[in-house]
Amino acid sequence: MRWLSADAMRLAVPALALVALLVGIFWMQPRAMSYNGFNLLFNLAVPIALATLGQMMIMAVNDLDLSMGTFVSFVACVTATFLQSDPLIGVLILLAAIATYAVIGVVIHLRQLPSIVVTLGMSFVWGGLAVLILPAPGGSAPGWIRAIMISKPPLVPMAIIASIIIAAVAHLIVMRSSFGVLVRGVGGNARSVQRAGWSIIAARAGAYAMAATFAVAAGIALVGLTTSADANIALRYTLLSIAGVILGGGEFIGGRVSAIGAVIGALTLTLAGSFLSFLRISSDWQIGAQGMILIAVLGLRLLLNRFEVKRS
Amino acid sequence: MSAQPLLEVQEARVRFGEVTALDGVTLAIGAGECIGLVGHNGAGKSTIVNVINGGLTPQEGQILGDGAPIEKYGIAAARSRGLRCVFQELSLCPNLTVVENTRLMHRGLLGGIGWRKEARRVIQTALDAVFPRHGIDPDRQVVSLSIAQRQMVEIAMAFSDAGIAPQIVILDEPTSSLDSGLAAQLLAHVRHFTGNGGAVILISHILDEILTTSDRIVVMKDGRIVAERSAGGFTQATLVDAMGSATKTVAARTRSAATGPEVLAFAPPRGLAFRATKGEVIGLAGLGGHGQTDMLLALYDKASPNWWPARNPAVTFVAGDRQLNGVFALWSILRNMTVASLPDLSRRGVVDRDAEVTRAADWKRRIEIRTPDMNNPILSLSGGNQQKVLFARSLSTRAPVVLMDDPMRGVDIGTKREVYEMIRSEAEAGRTFVWYSTEMDEIALCDRVYVFSEGAIVAELVGDDVTENAVLAASFQGAA
Repeated sequence: MRWLSADAMRLAVPALALVALLVGIFWMQPRAMSYNGFNLLFNLAVPIALATLGQMMIMAVNDLDLSMGTFVSFVACVTATFLQSDPLIGVLILLAAIATYAVIGVVIHLRQLPSIVVTLGMSFVWGGLAVLILPAPGGSAPGWIRAIMISKPPLVPMAIIASIIIAAVAHLIVMRSSFGVLVRGVGGNARSVQRAGWSIIAARAGAYAMAATFAVAAGIALVGLTTSADANIALRYTLLSIAGVILGGGEFIGGRVSAIGAVIGALTLTLAGSFLSFLRISSDWQIGAQGMILIAVLGLRLLLNRFEVKRS
Repeated sequence: MSAQPLLEVQEARVRFGEVTALDGVTLAIGAGECIGLVGHNGAGKSTIVNVINGGLTPQEGQILGDGAPIEKYGIAAARSRGLRCVFQELSLCPNLTVVENTRLMHRGLLGGIGWRKEARRVIQTALDAVFPRHGIDPDRQVVSLSIAQRQMVEIAMAFSDAGIAPQIVILDEPTSSLDSGLAAQLLAHVRHFTGNGGAVILISHILDEILTTSDRIVVMKDGRIVAERSAGGFTQATLVDAMGSATKTVAARTRSAATGPEVLAFAPPRGLAFRATKGEVIGLAGLGGHGQTDMLLALYDKASPNWWPARNPAVTFVAGDRQLNGVFALWSILRNMTVASLPDLSRRGVVDRDAEVTRAADWKRRIEIRTPDMNNPILSLSGGNQQKVLFARSLSTRAPVVLMDDPMRGVDIGTKREVYEMIRSEAEAGRTFVWYSTEMDEIALCDRVYVFSEGAIVAELVGDDVTENAVLAASFQGAA
């Protein structure tokens, strides 16, 4: 099995799951196999993929972000209000939010706090701010993001193009750049990174800021699709993003993450929902069935991991 | 050797709490020399290495570079002087590729676009130089490399040149995972490196390597340098002598050969087999981290059921690392002590409080835990007394075999004596003790000793053969 690297094999599982789900959907509903069909299937995957990448940055340094959902909701509320009416103030708010994330990363590191607790606390802060900005559902999307999200490029639908661009950019940042290597190195063996003379604090602040940047993009993209926002619009994203990272071949600890895998994982999660609708499974059972799909894919991952261990 | 040493540590003293790790060490590292550094566990080798590489600032003493004192000596200052270190434990990031690790190890030198190509060239050159025909693909993830390959990469990393040439390279047990061919390649490279004006500090428990490779040998013991001579001035035997203590405490052993019924036996895949009989005190000796703890865990797993606790426990375990697997930090002394024998103290699944209190009071008296109230939190006790609680936890069970994972680390001498006596009397009463210890005095108390090296038992010493020299000789000869 030398021809397949460990990473490629990790990526193969979510990719295969994605293909299997697609085949299932096309088999049940051949009309989905069209430009519009693809667009509808994957539209909502774009913000989820961005949020998943945000979560992946946090998980790369062995932390977990439980405020991802409320943070994306907060960004969505800012986008639908300030960014639309006073772009300058909107941009400043979002930049401040990113800076806050960086500070959270530093505090977690300096005080040796569990990231789960800190980010859970922050989730209430973001949720509260979102309600303050937009007490009732409403607002409207800035014209430019709306235009991007509903644009219809020839041949390939926007959702697919966006996913590919997002995956490529994230891959460049996380897997290819020096910064990405540093962040993953902190997740892998922080002590030796420190011994080589790097600042762990800066690396963590950078990872958190990058996570917030992806999450901000997720919130903006989400408003572009839904045209309006409310304070609870993206609550599901917290767990979806974690599941997406794991599904895409990431690990909770050890800095093992994959940007392309995370995007594929997010797409798979979105498709799993559609797949179950096509199966005409009543919505009462859908969440449970979605969970079963997740467990099945992760079970497959576990088997492959064993295989990997045996080989080495 | 040139007149001016590259780096000099003068009168360094380091204390960790009550323990003195370095007690006034002076060491000069000159260009073109290989210094062999030997000593027991806890002799201070790792501490002096950490002082030299800037990771640890000594409370007293100073560090001189090229003859002048260096202010604010730290990791960055050390690295900029070309100091590199290969640590005993893996210090690569396992989730990154070899190239990416190279990038991280050379901060600020390999930046910008195209760093991958540059890093690949740097590590490839170093690997080719140290280990010709190594066959390691630098684009592979470290986790997918074998242990030996990882160590090769780490060593090559230390000798790699990405702008600041390596001047002083510290190798801490560099050959522990290398086979003899690779080890020979490394030692040849060390000589080549020193021949070109570099300096190497070589730490190894394989005395042969030290004797053949180094120019000068420094022997450490109890945080001090006890001998320092040119390599020619030592032989294997004199080196072992220099490391050992001159005054050996002879402990009175009341029993000799083990004749009772066998209570525990284990045949590991490599090395001699392990067996224990009733009423024996068995020592697991050898250098630290050579498989003794693994053996204890294997014995525990073998003797205890996986799924459901047995009604009559066969073995009990006294942890050495209290923080890791010893105390329940948030519980009271009482709870910490009785947790292992709760089934005995329960009736119909409910713990009998009175029985628990009585049992705890009994052990408090027997083992003299110094506390006014057993309901105080466990962390209110000193380390030694915490350890006594862990002893009481194990001894108060009905298990006939007690496994001990170097439990006396950091315990004061008074407590030790009390516990030794208790072990003695329990053994007389028929209990079996399997005792891993890094301290020779404790090993000398055992009836029978297994010496470990490289994860396997290499020698068995019985009765009066249990001497420091015999243990040392066995653990070093097994490795050579």
